[in-house]
Amino acid sequence: MNAISVQDIKRNYGKVEALKGLSFEVEKGEIFGIIGPDGAGKTTLFRILTTLLLADSGTASVDGSDVVKDYKEIRKKVGYMPGRFSLYQDLSVEENLNVFASIFNTTIEENYHLIKDIYQQIEPFKKRRAGALSGGMKQKLALCCTLIHEPVVLFLDEPTTGVDPVSRKELWAMLKKLKKEGITILVSTPYMDEASLCDRIALIQDGAFMKIDTPESIVAAYKQVLWSVKSAEMSKLLNDLRGHTEIKSSFAFGETHHVTIGNLKKEQLEMYLKDKGHTDVWIEPIKAGIEDCFMELSSATS
Amino acid sequence: MKVIETQNLTKRFGNFTAVDAISFDVEQGEIFGFLGANGAGKTTAMRMLCGLSKPTSGFGQVAGFDITKNPEKIKKNIGYMSQKFALYEDMKVWENLRLFGGIYGIPDKEINPRIDQLLEMLGFEKEKNTMVRDLPLGWKQKLSFSTAIFHEPKIVFLDEPTGGVDPAARRQFWELIYDAADRGITVFVTTHYMDEAEYCDRVSIMVDGRIDALDSPTKLKAKFKVQTMDEVFFQLARGSKAKE
Repeated sequence: MNAISVQDIKRNYGKVEALKGLSFEVEKGEIFGIIGPDGAGKTTLFRILTTLLLADSGTASVDGSDVVKDYKEIRKKVGYMPGRFSLYQDLSVEENLNVFASIFNTTIEENYHLIKDIYQQIEPFKKRRAGALSGGMKQKLALCCTLIHEPVVLFLDEPTTGVDPVSRKELWAMLKKLKKEGITILVSTPYMDEASLCDRIALIQDGAFMKIDTPESIVAAYKQVLWSVKSAEMSKLLNDLRGHTEIKSSFAFGETHHVTIGNLKKEQLEMYLKDKGHTDVWIEPIKAGIEDCFMELSSATS
Repeated sequence: MKVIETQNLTKRFGNFTAVDAISFDVEQGEIFGFLGANGAGKTTAMRMLCGLSKPTSGFGQVAGFDITKNPEKIKKNIGYMSQKFALYEDMKVWENLRLFGGIYGIPDKEINPRIDQLLEMLGFEKEKNTMVRDLPLGWKQKLSFSTAIFHEPKIVFLDEPTGGVDPAARRQFWELIYDAADRGITVFVTTHYMDEAEYCDRVSIMVDGRIDALDSPTKLKAKFKVQTMDEVFFQLARGSKAKE
């Protein structure tokens, strides 16, 4: 039995097709990432799987329980952390945790082993009102509240949005630990660089999956010839690259530009750029990352 | 010309020093990246620079006006865009521009031609009468930025403008930023995407209320002997004493 099983789930909001027939399976103990921009349908999918929203058609089950028929069972055994902070702002850290523990008929002590590593970081502030915590601390508290009843499946909707790179790394380290405890994790994110931290990922856009696979296989399946290009004038370089007929696409990627190439040799491009007045030209073939793959797949589908 | 100038700019809340005597300048037409971990003091500093919060001590001048003495003048002479507050969803594209143009005091007879000119530049002519809520997110973001600079401010503050946008739209957005900077508009931008730090002329990194590093991405990487801005950020932010 898979931890999550979804067949052809569709959901419209009026005329908008938020989910256009999604199907996927998540195995027990997997960290499965739903990766895509805002408005792609990530939150709608999470709300259907956590029984907070009904699909228009299709079926889904979580830990063997149907999301419509057995919704009460699911609510007892999953943890859901919505994208928006949803704790009681005017209760203290400790009070929030107690509320969640008692709702699920348990105590902080009973499952302390699960939250220990995270809770110890916010324990010095346990008397502070949740509303007065910094962003990173709020999020740690929310994760503790989500874990306090020892859920079998954890749903984390954009836990790292608006979070700085250091706190993001810490959060992912925590997820790896929870995986070791046997908890299945479905996590969504708009940050493409987090894809490689998942066992498998689904790339989502406009309510449809473009691809489901391991991050390694998705990168290996990238078909374009990809070069990394630099020169002394990066802004001009982007325009000049786009002006070349054998260059299919050209995008800024941090320090360099990534370009996909048709029938072109490195020396030819070098000449072309020097003629355009570029200095310090540097060209190197590179392997694609998940972000390159996402852009390639989305330009192919749209 | 300096568009931002601060000396020992400080903000305390009770015993807590959110911004701890920061001093820095930003030149006209620069793209200035303002980085830091959550809770490092970025939002507080930015609110002071926008004239929304009075400093406890120190000096600051933005677009030629003192932030303590003339906060209202500052508000008129800057643009501001955040991911959270963008546009009125239940108004048409041109109505949003009309509204912000009016708020910033652009004369009535200039507004309409400028709306048409802007929409043409963005390739949005067909969407003039579209409700903002019906636009794709990437378009909303572009429109929101254009609204923020519609009154041609000396400087525009962008607070995490690209969060949650798809990869292609995120890059197109940066191309708009470049265009604005080429026209002489200074861009002050916060982001959690470290690849975007590379697109800035200079970057400052805040740690515990202080500016612990300020230079071009190339020089910062050389100074910290690392390959990426991500690593520069880690080295600095890891040193924070406000460990959460």
